[in-house]
Amino acid sequence: MSDTPILALAGVSKAFGAVRALRDVSIELYGGAVHALAGENGAGKSTLVKILAGVHRPDAGAVLLDGEPVDFHGPGDAQDAGLAVIYQEPTLFPDLSVAENIFMGRQPRARLGRIDRRAARTRAGELFARLGVELDPDRPARGLSIADQQIVEIAKALSRDARVLVMDEPTAALTGAEVERLFGVARALRGQGKALLFVSHRLEEIFALCQSVTTLRDGALIATEEVAGLTPDDLVRRMVGRELGALFPKQPTTPGDEVLSVARLTREGVFTDVSFGVRSGEIVALAGLVGAGRSEVARAVFGVDRYDAGRVEVAGTRLPVASPTAAMAAGLALVPEDRRQQGLVMDESIARNVALTQLRSLRRGPLISRRLERDRAADWAIRLRLKYTRLSDAVGVLSGGNQQKVVLAKWLATRPSVLIVDEPTRGIDVGTKAEVHRLLSELAAEGLAVLMISSDLPEVLGMADRVLVMHEGRLVAEIPRAEATEESVMAAATGRTEAAA
Amino acid sequence: MSTVAAANGGRRRAAALWRARELSILGALVVLVAVTAAITPDFLSAQGVKDTFLNASILALLAVGQTLVVVTRNIDLSVGSLVGLVAFTSGRFVLGHPDRGVLLVVLLGVAIGAAVGLVNGALVSFFRVPALVVTLGMLYVIQGLDYYYAHGQQINAADVPASLLNLGSGSVLGVPYLPLITVLVMVAVGSYLRAYPSGREFYAIGSNPDAARLAGVPVRKRILTAYVCSGGLAGLAGVLWLARFGTVVADAANGWELRVVAAVVVGGVAIVGGVGTVYGAALGALLLTTIGSALVVLRVNPFWQDAIAGVLLLLAISADRLLSLRVTRALRRRNVRHGG
Repeated sequence: MSDTPILALAGVSKAFGAVRALRDVSIELYGGAVHALAGENGAGKSTLVKILAGVHRPDAGAVLLDGEPVDFHGPGDAQDAGLAVIYQEPTLFPDLSVAENIFMGRQPRARLGRIDRRAARTRAGELFARLGVELDPDRPARGLSIADQQIVEIAKALSRDARVLVMDEPTAALTGAEVERLFGVARALRGQGKALLFVSHRLEEIFALCQSVTTLRDGALIATEEVAGLTPDDLVRRMVGRELGALFPKQPTTPGDEVLSVARLTREGVFTDVSFGVRSGEIVALAGLVGAGRSEVARAVFGVDRYDAGRVEVAGTRLPVASPTAAMAAGLALVPEDRRQQGLVMDESIARNVALTQLRSLRRGPLISRRLERDRAADWAIRLRLKYTRLSDAVGVLSGGNQQKVVLAKWLATRPSVLIVDEPTRGIDVGTKAEVHRLLSELAAEGLAVLMISSDLPEVLGMADRVLVMHEGRLVAEIPRAEATEESVMAAATGRTEAAA
Repeated sequence: MSTVAAANGGRRRAAALWRARELSILGALVVLVAVTAAITPDFLSAQGVKDTFLNASILALLAVGQTLVVVTRNIDLSVGSLVGLVAFTSGRFVLGHPDRGVLLVVLLGVAIGAAVGLVNGALVSFFRVPALVVTLGMLYVIQGLDYYYAHGQQINAADVPASLLNLGSGSVLGVPYLPLITVLVMVAVGSYLRAYPSGREFYAIGSNPDAARLAGVPVRKRILTAYVCSGGLAGLAGVLWLARFGTVVADAANGWELRVVAAVVVGGVAIVGGVGTVYGAALGALLLTTIGSALVVLRVNPFWQDAIAGVLLLLAISADRLLSLRVTRALRRRNVRHGG
């Protein structure tokens, strides 16, 4: 570890309008070390990352490169300085090939400044080999799963031979083996003297990977300290500034009748022969590795995608194929994985987003009543403890956790009997996560049937009455709460046990 | 081994899909020419073919410029009126000055076009005004200017110097200048877009503007460049228009902006950006022009031409949509195999 940090922020402040996103924050990134950045959503982590990346410029304070102040005029400047950022939301070009995605802006050149496609392809192949994944450099990025998109992002960063690697929640969509693989690469880079900044909500990952940690709360610096000697509870206390109760307050319930029943559902090439049921008052988790087909099953059940064979019944009535309208009418609600793309209209107000699913019931005469719309949103905001300034604010300005609450409100307002939630706490901070869990638990206690897709094992084990595990498009195990352990779920998810479904 | 074979198969399939579009336009063109020639053999006379190519050249030139803009997820509706403005202005410029050379006129035309493109581009890229609004506004501004400037007059072929008219009707080694210029410009722009890093950045911008910004692509500069090129090529097209027709009124090329957009989309350039080639766009222009010529030869009321172009446009867009759905589905299936 050298004496001068490769990259540092000194007393940086940044405001967006009236919102002070960062106040006098300093951070130092040394070569040969992995530094963690912790904090709840809205604490200012993303803003800090964007200042490092040259996307935003600080209002006060300085960015120091090798101890010298620098002025990044844009992401290009930061890249030239040897910085690579892996963003939370993958930023790929769907129409271009994977190799082109990796080398955009820095394509290898042949004669006359033309692009050397062969070299690009070879080098992309080498990068994937280094990451231990099999991806075709020539395929277009369109249609890649989020996990694979992240892999491309990481390959992009590696290709830059960056001195500083900032990872803004890179593991949010990865599971088990993929996270381990990423950590292996991160440790190797650390060994090569690179500086790494690791932003994550998963405390266990911070403890597994990082040497030091900086905690932010409400845009202010709380502490920078060595990870050794800290406990997860210490870190949580610094992040939220209060003690948390049990993270997963699942209330015991007595399951009622089977509300959702899925029989032999098959979609060619995606999932095969999936059967299960969810009873009212029950939380059933659908676990498995990313790409196992869990979200696809949820989409097919809700009618977003078609399925080729099988049947879906809600309270004994068979649902037509590929009709979300019929699914909603039958009492189904789906909270999708990708909030920004599928869950919300980012530029619209909180009230309008909440109202989207029940426009008919908000009518007064033929017109939508703004007052009804606002009142309903206000009710849900209170019930879900939404943090907002005005209901007329665009959803886009809310933190990730609060955005998720708006999506939940939007669907709960339809009074569903079955709620399907896909990664309900992905990219959400510890405090809000506990609130989402409390909410799901309360809803189940009120008789809602909940199907929860989650890659977060502690969440699955803490919340679920039963755990269904998928592997390569098939349902391979059904594990009751009492027998569900990290080992039993992971064994089924990785296909190591051949448990009967 | 099987995964490697599958990957190669997938690659070939993807490559085939890329080429499919250009090939299908070419196919449509061949069928159209064959059918028309079978009914009226005159259609394939040397003069008929030459006329078609001459007529297609200007549209194709505009389509090349438009491709640059559309690929970045923008649009340029000002090109039609710009052609009229430049044609008329160039005519005025040489009126009574037969000593003013062809090169000078071309430079003036391109300069006017590029200047208009610069304004369009600056408004779109720096002031973030939607391209549709900016260029529609520009269309009306130029039309207004044109009418004010022309006062209902027209340029007559008799007033245009012979050297300039020769550009429109002359040829070198039997190849007329007009298609030659268009092909040269097309190949230059096409290879720039395909083989140069900054060229690929146009596609990156259209494919995902936010990602392009994060990847350090100079988004504003590229969009500005696209508009300046589109404007400049429209300027060149204006001079060629004067050279070809000699007689020019103020609203020459009126309504051509939409024909250009149609040609580009029929040629496989996605209107949402990120996909398409200038070759496809030029073929689209050739196809639309050939349909026009065929209708004349077949003595069909020329008013049908627009309707047919419209149907073709709808077909092209529907085919694109269908194709992209199938490709996405195919790619998703491969994911599942990889995911295991």
